[in-house]
Amino acid sequence: MSSNSFAYSEQSGGGEATELGQEATSTISPSGAFGLFSSDLKKNEDLKQMLESNKDSAKLDAMKRIVGMIAKGKNASELFPAVVKNVASKNIEIKKLVYVYLVRYAEEQQDLALLSISTFQRALKDPNQLIRASALRVLSSIRVPIIVPIMMLAIKEASADLSPYVRKNAAHAIQKLYSLDPEQKEMLIEVIEKLLKDKSTLVAGSVVMAFEEVCPDRIDLIHKNYRKLCNLLVDVEEWGQVVIIHMLTRYARTQFVSPWKEEDGLEDDEKNFYDSDDDQKEKTDKRKKSYTMDPDHRLLIRNTKPLLQSRNAAVVMAVAQLYWHISPKSEVGIISKSLVRLLRSNREVQYIVLQNIATMSIQRKGMFEPYLKSFYVRSTDPTMIKTLKLEILTNLANEANISTLLREFQTYVKSQDKEFAAATIQTIGRCATNISEVTDTCLNGLVCLLSNRDEIVVAESVVVIKKLLQMQPAQHGEIIKHMAKLLDSITVPVARASILWLIGENCERVPKIAPDVLRKMAKGFTSEDDLVKLQILNLGAKLYLTNSKQTKLLTQYILNLGKYDQNYDIRDRTRFIRQLIVPNEKSGALSKYAKKIFLAQKPAPLLESPFKDRDHFQLGTLSHTLNTKATGYLELSNWPEVAPDPSVRNVEVIELYAMNITGSADSESGSASGEQEEEGDSSDDSSEDSSSEHKSDSESASEVGNKRTAKRNSKSKRKRDSEDGENENEKSKTSDSSNADSSSIEESSSDSESESESESESESRKVTKEKENKTKQNINPLTKDVSLLDLDDFNPVSTPVALPTPALSPSLIADLEGLNLSTTSSVITVSTPVFVPVKTHVLLHRMSGKGLAAHYFFPRQPCIFGDKMVSVQITLNNTTDRKIENIHIGGKRLPIGMQMHVFNTIESLEPEGSITVSMGIDFCDSTQTASFQLCTKDDCFNVNIQPPVGELLLPVAMSEKDFKKEQGMLTGMNETSTVIIAAPQNFTPSVILQKVVNVANVGVVPSGQDHIHRFAAKTVHSGSLMLVTVELKEGSTAQLIINTEKTVIGSVLLRELKPVLSQG
Amino acid sequence: MIHSLFLINCSGDIFLEKHWKSVVSQSVCDYFFEAQEKAADVENVPPVISTPHHYLISIYRDKLFFVSVIQTEVPPLFVIEFLHRVADTFQDYFGSSNVGDTLPTGQLSNIPWRRAGVKYTNNEAYFDVVEEIDAIIDKSGSTVFAEIQGVIDACIKLSGMPDLSLSFMNPRLLDDVSFHPCIRFKRWESERVLSFIPPDGNFRLISYRVSSQNLVAIPVYVKHCISFKENSSCGRFDITIGPKQNMGKTIEGITVTVHMPKVVLNMNLTPTQGSYTFDPVTKVLTWDVGKITPQKLPSLKGLVNLQSGAPKPEENPSLNIQFKIQQLAISGLKVNRLDMYGEKYKPFKGVKYVTKAGKFQVRT
Repeated sequence: MSSNSFAYSEQSGGGEATELGQEATSTISPSGAFGLFSSDLKKNEDLKQMLESNKDSAKLDAMKRIVGMIAKGKNASELFPAVVKNVASKNIEIKKLVYVYLVRYAEEQQDLALLSISTFQRALKDPNQLIRASALRVLSSIRVPIIVPIMMLAIKEASADLSPYVRKNAAHAIQKLYSLDPEQKEMLIEVIEKLLKDKSTLVAGSVVMAFEEVCPDRIDLIHKNYRKLCNLLVDVEEWGQVVIIHMLTRYARTQFVSPWKEEDGLEDDEKNFYDSDDDQKEKTDKRKKSYTMDPDHRLLIRNTKPLLQSRNAAVVMAVAQLYWHISPKSEVGIISKSLVRLLRSNREVQYIVLQNIATMSIQRKGMFEPYLKSFYVRSTDPTMIKTLKLEILTNLANEANISTLLREFQTYVKSQDKEFAAATIQTIGRCATNISEVTDTCLNGLVCLLSNRDEIVVAESVVVIKKLLQMQPAQHGEIIKHMAKLLDSITVPVARASILWLIGENCERVPKIAPDVLRKMAKGFTSEDDLVKLQILNLGAKLYLTNSKQTKLLTQYILNLGKYDQNYDIRDRTRFIRQLIVPNEKSGALSKYAKKIFLAQKPAPLLESPFKDRDHFQLGTLSHTLNTKATGYLELSNWPEVAPDPSVRNVEVIELYAMNITGSADSESGSASGEQEEEGDSSDDSSEDSSSEHKSDSESASEVGNKRTAKRNSKSKRKRDSEDGENENEKSKTSDSSNADSSSIEESSSDSESESESESESESRKVTKEKENKTKQNINPLTKDVSLLDLDDFNPVSTPVALPTPALSPSLIADLEGLNLSTTSSVITVSTPVFVPVKTHVLLHRMSGKGLAAHYFFPRQPCIFGDKMVSVQITLNNTTDRKIENIHIGGKRLPIGMQMHVFNTIESLEPEGSITVSMGIDFCDSTQTASFQLCTKDDCFNVNIQPPVGELLLPVAMSEKDFKKEQGMLTGMNETSTVIIAAPQNFTPSVILQKVVNVANVGVVPSGQDHIHRFAAKTVHSGSLMLVTVELKEGSTAQLIINTEKTVIGSVLLRELKPVLSQG
Repeated sequence: MIHSLFLINCSGDIFLEKHWKSVVSQSVCDYFFEAQEKAADVENVPPVISTPHHYLISIYRDKLFFVSVIQTEVPPLFVIEFLHRVADTFQDYFGSSNVGDTLPTGQLSNIPWRRAGVKYTNNEAYFDVVEEIDAIIDKSGSTVFAEIQGVIDACIKLSGMPDLSLSFMNPRLLDDVSFHPCIRFKRWESERVLSFIPPDGNFRLISYRVSSQNLVAIPVYVKHCISFKENSSCGRFDITIGPKQNMGKTIEGITVTVHMPKVVLNMNLTPTQGSYTFDPVTKVLTWDVGKITPQKLPSLKGLVNLQSGAPKPEENPSLNIQFKIQQLAISGLKVNRLDMYGEKYKPFKGVKYVTKAGKFQVRT
């Protein structure tokens, strides 16, 4: 990887630059005469000719060159008529490039651009969702006001498209239309409202973006979708996450009461617990009983936490600012580690993150104190990074660490980067004022710096000392004396001048030294630098006014010297001072005020952080970085005194409402159950990895009835796919089998989606046409022109433009795939398990349980506590000679998503007594271990239950025909198989049956063939089918095949079955 | 969000532009050039610049500036991160050959980050555990600050849809981890196992920081004696590098880079090993040392010529050290095993450990 980037940087630079610019030209145009400006005109001629040509390849070359010109900022507008003709080209590559061209020039040539509109309108109805999406994208990018109504209509239609990808593009188009014509706002809000209800993770980020741009104040639109957004968040693509988190931060600040109120007093000792573990947190929570956090508030905080681990700095920062602005103060601490991690990133990220840390560290030192050393400066850091780090170090300085810091600062002061050295001196000054213990040390250190050779350092030191002294009038004497002594050794004029100024200012406090200093200065006046001379004059004047007895003559001597100085400034100043202080007949009214003029109280400068006033901006925003309100900045509101009605987020209520009015209850109930389901989705197998949303979908839609029909549909779809494929053949040049495969999966999913949609929308007030469309699809799926998702079809030739980015399309698939999962729940009747001897496992050995022994076994019954749980029976034995009391389950450490229904506390267990209790554990279809504590009155024992894979199943009764049908749909990735070799006596039907059911809780499927044995089961959690086939072959071998969506469980089961079956 | 994007090369030519909304004139970049002029070097150009009508957010990568034009409030990191991804993509696309003629295929797969229909004749999975030591060593040789940052880069060429889980002997070492989106976060939370369906090809699986409580072994020491005489136009320069806490491994690829003070005119040095260069313009001394052999420690000695009459430099320059130790992860992190589910074939597996110097600085 590193070698790759190295190679890149080697060839980058100037060469790289031209390369990038000319990629479209130099590599493609054979003539290669592109660089000559003289041939530009002629050149466009040949481009026109190429565009007129019959050959696609010539057109494509021409378009590539033209797009190259656009990228370089050259004017290609005169080619507009020639280019626009090709908008209807059959060749998808040409089409894409023409789109790029149109987006750039349509605004300039509106009349001609209108010619292309009808093509887009047609493309908006294209069966291929990618074409529909890109047509919408281009249409909305053409900034021609006259087509606003067309755009509006297109957006409305696209927002109800079956493909989430098209709906996502509809959300993008909303922003573009809004910027073109803000008049459309109300209509667009309606679309946004509709899209906010969308269940797809693909749409969520984009629609929230549109919301933020068009109607950020319509917080009421969020209520009903709040929980859904929180639950979807982890699965949304990273850019969407940033936008959603920022929006939800604002939302939370308007809807929840402050979690901080009670904590204000605690803030000081936050150090004690900001790093604390959960127990302590709980304690503090208990302490302030008066405040209970809204569960929705908690939901947001909890669901954003994993995102702190994102590889995307913007996501991490977004979560950090969310915690900063809305979480209880005791929980903010967790963000520091992640923010410090970002400091390893490139300088731009460092810059922004450091700025935000600087603001945070002013208010809460404790948060970043453990990471103090991460802010140490390296000589190779850019100056802007150095100064920011310094700023943070200053904020973090306290009595405990100041000595370490000062030592560090000493190194910085000597830095070759003088700007930075100067900033360090300022910093030392600030530390000196903030921490009284070190004021003297700092002052001494600064005084030493006065002898530095570098003028910037000296000047800065003097300025800082000056400031420090102004703030602490009591201690003036000693230091001023010391500085006066330094005058003998210091040569830098600025420093000398500054010291003289200081003595002059404080001449009344050092009455003995000041005149002496003046005497010395008078002696060497002529050889001093002009700057120093001016200050000598000032000092003289001040002394003359306060102590004229001792200094009258001296001052007059100096004034005389000054009168004849070579420098006119000095002569001028001399005249001015003389007139002012020495009373004579000509002196005006001013001389009365001479003392006030010279010895006025000068205000002490304030030494404070430049980041002090930034905290009123939301962290992580542009406004915060610039420290001014950027256009479009949305103020973070203060917490409301009383929380607005929390029931507005209740989806149950909305559900009813929606049923009656919009009929789109489906989505709502989906998100309602989402909260639990999301956790249930510990995604332990490959196919389930997609997203929690699908899960919740499946729950809401799982009137189990759909499942089978959906499956059947998808199967029949497969047939149609081939038919469609023929239709598509004209378009597609390439089609390899693997792609055909994937496309069929997508297809079935998009279709099943259509089904669920039409279901939910059957009552809704939709545009009737659409409705008709859908019902038509539903009734007669065989004739439906499904949207194809065949990328190979779409991009056989390369161009980096106008393609949906790969980053989007795969997630789209995840989406579709999820939808696929969601609707494939079929009627699976659970049958009674085949009897097998009970296999018990040790939960707690009596030795380690101090006499309490526990065993568990899986009774293979549907669990009474929940239909996603596996029932587990635990037998407890008391082997001691006394009662064991209060046996219960204590702390659970379950993998996220796993749930457990515990048994009721057992009051007491007699010696030698034994009791069996039932529990339910939802293992989420994974073999992950459930760890929990088995507690008695006196002890707690950590125990684990790890389910054998075979116990995660429930047997299913099924006919052979159904079995084959289901098996046919679970091929490819969903199929695993292996060959077993064993003695023939092991392959008798009864032995096989016995062996298989011993390992796994499966049901027997009656088989028509002697050599094939079939078993069916479903997974307990998700109800996915698990089909096991043992097919006997010749010569004591057998083929073991497992078909399931849950490929991980499938392969684990395969591994467990194999040795059992091959055993003797 | 981003309104327009301009790419500017090191000589200040805008060679590529892209507009997402209306067209913004190139002249907006003048504000950027202004800021660039003000900054002493490219590193100091502020990433966020405010102009009367726009905001410019820029990144600097591989001698190119990516300047984006922003019109309204947006999280700056959002833009910065995005621009870096754009740069990554360019690097990927233009990096290997000049311009690829086809975009990757099979992008629409069941797993968002993995292309469909992957087939290899040799199925291989390689992991590189690369750890970098960031350290600041003070004058006397004691460690002011040290920390280990690591990444695991993977090169996975496996057919089909393999489901991998990678476990460590000592996962508790990893203090703060950021993940590739393919990793099942919950599995890590509960079992400290990296479970994932990998993307195809090269990718960064995780990056991590080793908990700061652990003492960091510093594999090299530097003896240095750099002095500039008062009122004389020369100085002495003498550095020796030796191994320390190197866990019995060879330290190789050592390079020392020193930014000498401005008053240094030239350097006359003799290395006992390797070769050195001094650039009198940038004042950068680079000593390419190579390997350390403990029998004869490499050193670099000689005279420094200073500008006559100029005051002697206040501070001695810091030494930036690069090195590499093969077959060692300095934190002690060890991969325990790699299991593959979901596919039938036996892949070839390999783990490589490398320790490098990160930002390793010795103050003198």
